Amino acid sequence: MSGCDKSNCGCVNTNPTDLLSSSRRNFLGGAAAVATLTLAPGITITAFGGSAKASGHHARWGLLVDVNKCKKDCNACVTACSTEHGWEDTGHPLTDAQWIRKVTLKDKKSGFEQSLPVMCQHCAEPPCVDVCPTAASFRRDDGIVLVDKHLCIGCRYCIMACPYQARSFIHEPLIDQKEYSPRGKGTVESCNLCVHRVDVGGTPACVEACSATGNGAMLFGNLNDPDSEISKRVAEYPSTQIRADLGLDPGVRYENL
Amino acid sequence: MKFGLKILALFLAIFGGGLIVLPGQVANAEGQNFNGSALLAGVLPNIPKGKGNSCIAPTDFMRRNHMNLLKHDRDETVHFGNRQVKASLKECVACHAVNGANNTPITVEDPKHFCRACHDYVAVKIDCFECHASRPGGTLKSSLDKVLMENKALAAYAKGSEE
Repeated sequence: MSGCDKSNCGCVNTNPTDLLSSSRRNFLGGAAAVATLTLAPGITITAFGGSAKASGHHARWGLLVDVNKCKKDCNACVTACSTEHGWEDTGHPLTDAQWIRKVTLKDKKSGFEQSLPVMCQHCAEPPCVDVCPTAASFRRDDGIVLVDKHLCIGCRYCIMACPYQARSFIHEPLIDQKEYSPRGKGTVESCNLCVHRVDVGGTPACVEACSATGNGAMLFGNLNDPDSEISKRVAEYPSTQIRADLGLDPGVRYENL
Repeated sequence: MKFGLKILALFLAIFGGGLIVLPGQVANAEGQNFNGSALLAGVLPNIPKGKGNSCIAPTDFMRRNHMNLLKHDRDETVHFGNRQVKASLKECVACHAVNGANNTPITVEDPKHFCRACHDYVAVKIDCFECHASRPGGTLKSSLDKVLMENKALAAYAKGSEE
């Protein structure tokens, strides 16, 4: 998890899985689920693939939020995330998990108000990863910042380190979690950019819900792919990162903020 | 001497070797005991049969190595995004689901749960289900469906855009 995106920095990709996966993807053309190649009687090579494997070396998944299109009274992205991952508001704001929230900004002089969703910003230089003593907080090769709950000891350093207050701690035992979104007492969690959907070529639940409202304020895509819609939009129109001054290079960008 | 042999034969007839085999060898796939030893019923784990014809590896191998397989493949999925691993806990749970009284799969809180049947017997704590779902999700509704259910205007809009 070196997090190095530069092609000329001299980093060597020592991860055999990545090297293997890119050749598999080329071989499969991204369509077949399982391909079997028979070399000789009794000798076969079976390749499992076909999902857009998210750890592709050059992907950098990101979000672009157009704040002008984000309606003040709309909460669809938050509801969608809550339903997708099974966290909910139980009326205990100090201990409830919160993966995404709507934030209202008000200019005191003019009274002008803006509303925007804030979640894990999936930084390129994530402070949560820096402080994690067990390497449970990590950044995948495709830019998604995750908590490996197998390794998390619940120390909550990352909660303190995150300037976006994006992380939550689970205080109570849980049962009947979503099978694709494991969550458990004693571990820290945050927006995972719906990694279970992204890994199979889908889009995050919040983005899906936002476009269903017709507002279309959120756009998901690969920031490292110059042909992706998000890259074109970012290149053409001004957008900003929250607290860009911190130099963390978040993967979530905002337009008209 | 002859009396001694009789005693030995009687001993073998009663206990039938049930005392010297491992539980994994005694219970077959249906959870029945091979040797039919009534004495051991209720002592040995009653392991529910999974769906389908076979597991990803022979049963003997799975009994001893399932934890290592899961541990290997969890890193594949969490760190490298590989969703097509061979040993997936989700698949374990789906295939080995045990239905409860109301014909819905039971959670690990029920002692009849597939994993607990053995783990209780050998007194090994399962950590998996502190975070993972211990029963299949059934008809998982997408988050979008819920949003649409709650908001009639949105539902109408979404329906209109499909046509």
